[in-house]
Order: sequence, then C-alpha cells, then structure tokens
Amino acid sequence: MIPEFEALAERFPEVVWEDSHGQQVARIPNEQWYEFAEAAKEAGFNLLSDVTAVDWYRSRRYRFDIVVNLTSMSIPARLRMITTADREDPKVASLVPLWPGANFPEREVYDMFGITFEGHPDLTRILMPDDWEGHPLRKDFGVGSVPVQFKASPKAV
Amino acid sequence: MSDPRIVDFWVAGTEEPEFQPTDEGMQEIGPEESGRRLDEQYGRVVDDDYIFDDEVSDEELMILNMGPQHPSTHGVLRLQVELEGEIIRRSKPIIGYLHTGMEKTGEQLSFLQGPTNVTRMDYLSPLHNELAYSLAVERLLDIEVPPRAQAIRVLMTELNRISSHLVALATNGMDIGAISMMIYGFRDREMILEFFEKTTGLRMNHNYIRPGGVAVDLHPGWKDDIDRILKEIPKKVEDYHNLLTNNPIWQARTVGVGVITAEEAVGYSITGPPLRAAGVEWDIRKVFPYSGIEQYEFDVVTGDNGDVFDRYRVRIDEIVESLKIVEQVTDSMPKGDYRVDDNKVTPPPRQRIDESMEALIHHFKIYTEGFRVPAGETYVAVESPRGELGCYIVSDGGARPYRMHVRAPSFYNLQGLPIAMADSIVADTVATIASMDPVMGDVDR
Amino acid sequence: MAATAPGNILMTKLELAANWARTRSMFPATFGLACCAIEMMATGAAHYDLARFGMEVFRASPRQADLMIVAGRVSQKMAPVLRQVYDQMPDPKWVISMGVCASTGGMFNNYALVQGVDQVVPVDVYVPGCPPGPQSLMHAILTLHDKIMAGEIRN
Repeated sequence: MIPEFEALAERFPEVVWEDSHGQQVARIPNEQWYEFAEAAKEAGFNLLSDVTAVDWYRSRRYRFDIVVNLTSMSIPARLRMITTADREDPKVASLVPLWPGANFPEREVYDMFGITFEGHPDLTRILMPDDWEGHPLRKDFGVGSVPVQFKASPKAV
Repeated sequence: MSDPRIVDFWVAGTEEPEFQPTDEGMQEIGPEESGRRLDEQYGRVVDDDYIFDDEVSDEELMILNMGPQHPSTHGVLRLQVELEGEIIRRSKPIIGYLHTGMEKTGEQLSFLQGPTNVTRMDYLSPLHNELAYSLAVERLLDIEVPPRAQAIRVLMTELNRISSHLVALATNGMDIGAISMMIYGFRDREMILEFFEKTTGLRMNHNYIRPGGVAVDLHPGWKDDIDRILKEIPKKVEDYHNLLTNNPIWQARTVGVGVITAEEAVGYSITGPPLRAAGVEWDIRKVFPYSGIEQYEFDVVTGDNGDVFDRYRVRIDEIVESLKIVEQVTDSMPKGDYRVDDNKVTPPPRQRIDESMEALIHHFKIYTEGFRVPAGETYVAVESPRGELGCYIVSDGGARPYRMHVRAPSFYNLQGLPIAMADSIVADTVATIASMDPVMGDVDR
Repeated sequence: MAATAPGNILMTKLELAANWARTRSMFPATFGLACCAIEMMATGAAHYDLARFGMEVFRASPRQADLMIVAGRVSQKMAPVLRQVYDQMPDPKWVISMGVCASTGGMFNNYALVQGVDQVVPVDVYVPGCPPGPQSLMHAILTLHDKIMAGEIRN
C-alpha cells in the first residue's frame, strides 16, 4: 500500500481495504462516503474515472454496491471506493460538490438502478424517456426481449 | 311609381360632400378642414409611425432546441440552449436518444460473445472497446496473452485510432465549412478499412479482439498493406495541413473558441484529446500501459489553450504518432501464437475438431455455455481516441458477467460542453461539438 | 399518312416520366443514428460515390427530402422523433431501413430498442447487415429505384 492509502486507512479505521487483482479497493460504510471521498481528493486523487453500481439482488444482506473509481494523476495510482445501499429507499451522498464530472454518471445510476444521490443538483432520468417506469438495470427488471417470430408465418405466437 | 329596372343614376352635381373616396380631400379646401388635417394631407406630418414602448423590458432569454435530428450534432444529441440575442448563456445536453441497453444485454451474453456487444458502443473505434473488455476478462481469468497477440492488438488499435481521428477531422472540417475535408477524411479511411476487412472480415464492429487473444491471425500480405498505409497517409496529412492549419478562415473560426482549461477538464473528468489540448499530459498508454505498448516509442501530444484549434492539432499530430507506433510494431512483430493456449478459454482451431474428441467437446462447451470466470471484479482502462475507455466487470463465477459497465469517454466529455459553450455565439456551438468528438453510441450505450 | 415525330422528341407515358424524374434525383434526409450512419457517410464519400445516382446532397431539413434512410438503432426515446420527421416529409416519400437494428431490432432484443422501425414508419426496402457495407446500401437504393420505375410503389 502506498503511503497515501496508509494515511487514509489511519484516518478512517472502519474502512476495509482489499486487493482485487492488483488494484486497491476500499469498502466504506455509507455514512462516511462523502468524507472519505473528500479525504481521497485531498490526498491527490483528482480525477474521477467512473461511478457505477451493482445490484446484488438477493445474494447479500444489502442490495446495491455503489462503486467509484478514482485516479490520481500525480502519483499515479488508482483507487476503487465501494459502499452499500439498502433494499428499500437506497441512497448515498452525491459527489458532485467534489467532482462536477460526477453529475451525469450519478444521474445514470439513478436512472438505471433507482439509487438516490443526496445533494445532486438535478437528479432526473438521463437515458430513458422521462416518463419511463422502472429501473432497467435492476435484476428484477426483465430484459424485455420480444419472442422472435416470422411475421408472415400463418401461425403467430 | 318606381320601376325596378330603373337604375339609380349618379347625376352629376348631386354628390354628397361626405363621400370622400381618398384621403387627399376635396379639390377645394372645405370649412371642416383644420390645420392639422391639412398638414397631414400636405405631407407635413407623418402620422403612421409605430411608436415603440420606451421602457426597458427584462432581458428575454430564448430557449432554443438543437436536435436530436440535426445535421451537425454528431449523432442524436439534443442541446437546449438559452440564448440572449446571439450569445449562449446556459446550455444543457439531453442524451438518451440512442440508449440501447447494452449493459443489460451484456449480462445475457457469455464472455466470448461480450465483444460483439461492446464493440458497438463506440462505433468509430470498435477495437478499443473490445480491447478494454478483453483485458478486463483476462485479468479476472489471470491469464497472459502471448506476445504476438499483444502486438497484433496494438497494431489494430493504433490503426483504429488513425481511422477514428480521420473521421473526427472530416466531420470537424465539414461542420465548420471545409466540405472537401469530409471527402478527404473518408477517402483515406478507406485504406485502413480495407486492411481491417482483409484481416477481420468486417469494415466496422469487428469482434476481433477476444478474451484470450485475437480471433484469427493477420492475413498473408499484411506487411505490404501496412507499408502502403505508412507511405500514403503522411502525404495526406500534409494535404490537411495545407488546407486547414494555416488557413486564416479556419483559424478565425477555431482559435479561442470553445475553451476548456486544464482545471475545468480535470474537474469534469474530461480525458483524451480535449484534456491534452488543455495542456495536461495524461495518456493511459504511458501511465498505466497495457498490452505491451510500453515497448514502443511515441510522444504524447499536448496543446496550449484548450480551444478548438488545439484539439484539431492534437488529433492531427496523434495520427502521426500512431503511424510511428504502427511502423515499430510491424518491424518487430514477434512470431508465435495469436491466442492463449488454454483449452478452457480459447476455442480450438477448426481443423482439429475433426481429429480430436477433446477439441470437439471444448469447442462445444465454449460456444454454448461459455467459459467460466472466477468470481471477482476489476476495472481496466485503455486510451481510446476519445479518452479513457474503461470496462468494469463483476463476475460471480458463472459463464456470464454479473455486471458489465463501460466507462464511456464521450459521456464524460459531454459534460464539458456547457462550459466550453458559455458566453459564446451560436455559430461556435457547431465547432465546439465537433471538436469534442462525441460518439453517441458511447454516450448512451 | 404516317406522321413521324422529328428525331429530338421522346414520347412516353406521364407515369414513366414522373417516376424517372423521381428516381434520378432523390434527396436523402439525414437520419443517421449509429454505426450505420458512418457507413452511410462512407457511401456518400469519394470511394463509393452516391453522387453518381444524384443523391449526394443529404438534406438536413425533412421538408426538402424525399428519401429517409433510417440508419441505426431506434431507441424508445427516439421513436416519436422519427415519426415526426417522417410526417414532415412531403409526398412522395420512401423509407429505407438500413441495418439489422433498424429492420428488426438486430442483436439488441431488449427493452430499450424499437424492434424494427416498421413499427413506426412504413418501410419500402430493408437492408441487412451489421453494418451493411456501402455496396449493400447502394444495392438497396438501386432496388428502390427499380421498384419505383416499375410502378410497384405508388405514392
């Protein structure tokens, strides 16, 4: 672990640090999400690479993982921050005040998963039409595939 | 008694004085005509001006909608701009018109079918998408591809960078008005697409770079084709410089337009040519190298001001740098296997299926169920012509990804559009969008 | 008495003449959505030239176009826009559905795409391919020309 990670580990003792195929992962409790992100940004992680989420439908005690990949241009290094959100009313603090580039990806996570980002300036649907119901990337939203049939066949499905 | 056939004649001398067909008045000045009326008739007072309201009204901001069907928004991007006169005060990109649900589809396809899905996201540089996906899967599988496969991957992705930048230059030129640039860009791209067709079978969306290596080896005679490309394209780049770089019209329309400074770019997670044009030397190929690209020498091109002209310069110079890499790869192409030898991951060659029962079973398992990937998660990023293209895959031990997410560079670069277009005129919008080079398949996935 | 027309006059049916005029200068409307749009641009570019069929002018305004080449995948959000652009085109108008995503939904059989653009607009010619090469698109355009000349499509 590089010294920046060790400093962060000392400051946030409840964070679990793992190594995933050579990349550093920090699992953070939901309440400390914004503080940890702020500390990481001060430690030099100035580029937000990615914000996404994973829906662990029934396999874990919680439901959603929110994953943020940070990159430090000065060190250089990558850090992955993961936090969890519950089944009913999943919410997490928004990182837009720290990195304005988190605006669109958090809207996308809201659109696809239904996770509310508290403090986001404009949390609306971004990819689906505004009146769409449901959150497509959740595991209980079906793919929506249409049974393929030949339209001219006499026996329609 | 009145006869109905008798027409009422207008007998001269019986006109009524009120009947005045014109405004000029009667031939003689009558007693009713006062000074004011006479002034009007003589033309000394013009009374038909429209009197404007002298009080100052609030600034009216007009909301204008560009797109989604628009010739110069590079695909289906809808831009809502708030205009004050001709100047843009605020703007908001509205996306989602090309949303294809590729991440959901990615969960239904096996790891070998994954590249067919991912390749259609950023359709101007499909091999980069496939490379990011394949690298992520290979990291989860913990396998190393042989050096020849790595070199072929570098060769194909750098050629793809050249062809993508040619399209960017072509559309950039056409949007600003240099329509012949469009013809030049697409004409020169045909050489590279021919090479792709000979090797992979398709001009676009190749599904060539797969987890484990590449699909087939390079076609016989590939060196001659590459030599031709290496000879022709620098001459064409000269042509582009002659047409555009020192052209005063081009400079007037691109210098100082659509500026994004370095802090803004880093804050908005903008990567790729827009970031490098702002002066930040950040290229994933140098910082987190992949697929053996650290063996080749090339420079990272940066600009100074972060305006449209700098982005154009960065792209043209990156074509030249990519040609250098292509030359080095062809000179030092290692011999060997073009894919990993592990039977569980790569399908056996077709001839062996007739000979060996094992090969047949492996082929069957790989193509129907797919190979299983151990549980885990990883994020791998490559440098696509648009920026940092990353693939985040979570596997739960099965044959299909549990979650596949692609970090799309154009999605993040679009967030910089309102910054680049603030307080500029409408005519610069087109130039700015063209210089950010968004590919909507990447943005909406 | 046999009257022969002088040598520089052609006699034909009005329908044939109108169809000939319509096919020889069809203006496509720009409706490029995704990867197929790039192949459509490549078809209009120098190597595979659409200008030899009179079609290199891609009109941006649907009011001035008579052919709509739906090139690319049509998502749920885009379908009303597609219908509106189609409605704005004046008669006679034709639609080519380019690529498998426009024809049937393609490899994306999911919630986000309209499975076949013929659920939204009437289509005259379908072009398969992912993406269809410029030769396939030109074959489709020439097929459309033949169909119009033969009077199969009355509009």
